[in-house]
Formats: sequence, C-alpha cells, structure tokens
Amino acid sequence: MSVPGSVGQVVPQRMYFDAPLDLRSGAALAGYELVYETYGTLDASRSNAVLICHALNASHHVAGTYGDDPKSAGWWDNMVGPGKPVDTNRFFVVGINNLGSCFGSTGPMSPNPATGAPYGPDFPVVTVEDWVHAQARLADALGIERFAAVMGGSLGGMQALAWAVLYPERIAHCVAIATAAKLSAQNIAFNEVARRAIITDPDFHGGRFYSHGVVPAHGLQVARMIGHITYLSDDSMAAKFGRLLRPAVQAREADAPASEPGDAAAAAVRSDYRFTFDVEFEIESYLRYQGEKFSKYFDANTYLLITRALDYFDPALAHDGDLAAALAPATADFLIASFTTDWRFAPERSREVVQALLAARKRVTYAEIDAPHGHDAFLLEDPQYLQLVAAYFDRIHARCVGAART
Amino acid sequence: MSEAPRPARETLRPDLEVIAGWIPAGARVLDLGCGDGQLMGWLEQSRGCTGYGVEIDDAEVLACVRRGIDVIQQDIEAGLGMFGHGQFDIVVLSMAIQATHQTEKVLREMSQVGSEGIVSFPNFGHWYHAWSILRGRMPVSREMPYEWFDTPNLHLATVRDFEDFLERLGLVITGRAFLADGHPVRTLPALRATQAIYRFRRAAQDRSG
Repeated sequence: MSVPGSVGQVVPQRMYFDAPLDLRSGAALAGYELVYETYGTLDASRSNAVLICHALNASHHVAGTYGDDPKSAGWWDNMVGPGKPVDTNRFFVVGINNLGSCFGSTGPMSPNPATGAPYGPDFPVVTVEDWVHAQARLADALGIERFAAVMGGSLGGMQALAWAVLYPERIAHCVAIATAAKLSAQNIAFNEVARRAIITDPDFHGGRFYSHGVVPAHGLQVARMIGHITYLSDDSMAAKFGRLLRPAVQAREADAPASEPGDAAAAAVRSDYRFTFDVEFEIESYLRYQGEKFSKYFDANTYLLITRALDYFDPALAHDGDLAAALAPATADFLIASFTTDWRFAPERSREVVQALLAARKRVTYAEIDAPHGHDAFLLEDPQYLQLVAAYFDRIHARCVGAART
Repeated sequence: MSEAPRPARETLRPDLEVIAGWIPAGARVLDLGCGDGQLMGWLEQSRGCTGYGVEIDDAEVLACVRRGIDVIQQDIEAGLGMFGHGQFDIVVLSMAIQATHQTEKVLREMSQVGSEGIVSFPNFGHWYHAWSILRGRMPVSREMPYEWFDTPNLHLATVRDFEDFLERLGLVITGRAFLADGHPVRTLPALRATQAIYRFRRAAQDRSG
C-alpha cells in the first residue's frame, strides 16, 4: 500500500448543457454550465465512479492543488486521494460545482441570457433535487451510468440522499455524513438570520449590487460569523479560545488573523479589560477574521440560494412526513455517520434517517463518531471516522468494482 | 486501509454456533451487542440471512464494517426505539445480558422488535462458583474473567433465575441449550453448564402486538 498522498495538481473542467433544466419551483434554466473536477481513472467497465457533493461554501475543488500552491488544497483533500479513504488509485472521483454557486457554474453572477446583465436576484431558486438532476446530466456526459457511491457531508449528504431516491438505479452506495433529512426550525432560524444580515446590508441593493461596484460585505461577514458559531462545538470553542483576551497591539487591528492558542498564550496575555466595543476577546477576533475572509470570496446571492436549498430539503414532505415511504424507492446501501458534538446537524437527525431506512428495510450502517469538533468534524482528521469511511469504501470496491471485473 | 473484507467462514464461538443452529435460512436477524459481527457475518454467508448488528464500541463497529456486515452504532440500553415492532424474525443477545443495567427493559424490547429472541449468558449457578464462594472468594472463570472490583457484570443469573424471569415477562421458552467450556451438557445443566442459551417468544395471546 502506498503512502497516502495528494492527487497532485488538478485543473477544473467545464461543460455546457443546452437542454433546458426544469426546476422544482416551476422555473427553468434555458442552458447552463457546470464546472467540475475528476481524480483517478474511470475503469473500462465504468464501475468505479464516485460523486462527491459539496456543502454550503465549498465547490467542485474536492482534492489536489492548483499549480503548486499548497494553500489551494481541495476542501476534502484529507478524504480523497491516493491511499486515502476514498482512494483515487481505485476510484474515479467527480466533484461538481452546483448551480447557483459562485465558483464557476452558472449562478447569480453569470449573465442572464434575457438581459445580458448578471442574473443577480433573478437567478431561480434551486433545490437539492434540481442540483441532483443537473449532476445526473454531467454523469451522462462522462459516461457514468451508475455511481459506485455518491457521498457528501451536511448539505452534500442531503444530495447523496436525494440521489438514492431520485436515481435509485444509478447509485450503488449512499454515504451521507453529518446530515439530516430536513432542517429543524432552529436550523432554518440560523439561515434566516444570515439571510437578513445580507439582505439588510445597504450595499445589497436588492441583489443587484454588481452594477453598483460593491458587495454587501458586512452582511456576508455577519452571516459567516453566525454560521461559523454553529459549526463549532461549545467545548471546542472553549478549548481553542476560552476567554482569552486579544493582545493589546493586535486588538487595534481588527482584521488581524487570529493566532493559534499557543501563540496567544505566548504573547503578553492581558487580564485587564479595555472597556470598549472593539475586538476584546480572541473569539471575536477569530469570527471577524473568518467573516472578512469569507466576504472577499463568496457571493451574497449564492449564500441566499444555498441556505434556501437547505431549508427546502424535505423528501418526506410529499409522503405526509413519512420518511420511510420517501426512501422506499432507494436500492442503494447506506452509510450514515454523525458526530457526537455536532449540534447543527445533531446525531438525532441522522438517527431519524437511520430509523426510516430500517423501517424501509434498506441496508444501512450507522456510525456515531465521538469527536469534539462539532459540525466541522466531518471535514477534519479523526482516526475512527477516516478508518470507518476507508473500510466502507473497501466494501464498495469489493461489491462494485471487484464484482465488475470477474 | 485497503484491507479486503475478511471471509466470514470461520469457527464460531461455541454459544454462537448453537444460536446459529437455531436460526432458519433467510431469517431477518438483529444481533444486539454484536461485537465484531462474527455471528451476522456467518449467518449472511452461510444462511442467506439479512439484518444488522448493534454495537456501541468504536473498534467493534469498525471491525463490523471491515467484515462487510451492516452495524448500527448504538447503546442497546438507550432503547431499541429505532427498530420497529416485529421488524425481525430473530433478535439475539449473546453474552451481554449480564452487563445490562435495565435488563428487564432490554428483554421486553427484544421480544417486541423480533418474533423470537435468543439470549446466551454465563450460568452463575455453576458448581465452581458455589465452591469459590464457600471458600470465601468471588468466582473468576472463563465466562466471567473479572475480579469483583472491575467487572462489567451487573445482573448475574442462574439457569433457574433466568427461566423465572422469562416467565414473569410473559415469554415462552421455545428452546434451551447448555455448554460447559464450549461442550454440550445434558445432565445436571443447572450445576454443570458454564453457559446457558435460551430461545423464547411472546405468549400466544399477545404475539400480535
């Protein structure tokens, strides 16, 4: 076995679709473009394809780097690569940027064919199901009839679940991590606060801020700050920041990056308050830094669209709330995993999915990973988590790829 | 990391061999406290059974996934509410009942989730245990290899205790087997068996429930 490594330098690809895409809202996209990346090689029997679905602020760039910049590593580079749990020596892995996103696929920043100007707020509201239909067309074009696995975390896990229901014959395994079959009221509430922060920013201009040469940066910052709070656990925040005060020098530079706790401890630790509303605590500095970083690369209209897609996802809705009935068409085997300290997509939400899968007599494995990092854990290194996914992908390989060869 | 799933055809633990012999081909099985999934693996491979293991321990859950059986990571004492009533033909609890806190609740839920239950446990009534206590020592044996101060065992029972318990819960014994160090015991099992294995179902009048 080779030492786990990176897929190396990767180049995103684009594909244009001129057939209209009918959306769940009743609207349609006349034509659209998807940006995607692939890693590994599709085998002759086309049995080894794995689709990775991204969550709120990620993209098609799942693994590898652009050029030789190590900072450009893909968002799931610890999961996908040669010798990694989703082993690109064995699997052909596809990452697709979803419609409405701001990383190259058709979205609010793209020109509206009707006007020539950016869509802005006129970009249709898209749903998880719409994304899956668009992804399926890209799979058609790549010659993938059936995925060995469709996998995602959080909102990506919702797409994996939707795949299992919408295209049962095209997905052999569904790997849904730190996800839910529907958001709770509390979860929708967090999304709404984020959206209000953006929409009420004077620079939002009803979503047409592009033509004003501004972005609603303050709204995006607040949206990201509240999002970030919900991705961390109380304990991990306490361990990382506690009540540490920002050193006096750095406190004056509100946009200074938060330093590691060790550095903060090494710096002159203050114990005296400055009695201001400027950055005082380390946690404030960290959130502001995350918010500002985010506001420089993420599109405000995309944030609205993607949080709405999260809110709307509820496959049981059409079955009087009966999730088992909603999942009945699925023929895939399922791996559902949650993290004990995740309160944004709590284990209880995953257990609801498992319970429905059991009632629907599906093959399902459920792991509840004891990790301290909250919702973010699905992106982080955790031996039990990574070994579990690796073991499950061994099974996927034996069942799909090994079986196709004999 | 790329270790292939292990073949499941291996020698079963003696009590699991008895249990496996009681499970019909094609049965839908739930194995509570399934450990590394040995029984489920064997049943799937050799008997065409389907079902799940339930296990709380991280390493055992990982072992189940490596073996290729489906496992639900859960504490069985937190309740079997995730499983619908009558979802399984057989629910197994092997060598774990003595470590449960809410033994009565676990047994009741087993009998609801499955048509039939199978339990194996260490027989506390084995003569050696009595002998050990007569000599003034808590017994330490192969089935109960723990000192009194660090044992996970909470609810130890003799063969007779267990039969009374099943009766009190309104459960009907449909089979029993006894082992001493892995070998069948036919005479004086209450004294000579180190392990007892029972199968049971709800009494006829409430089997529909």
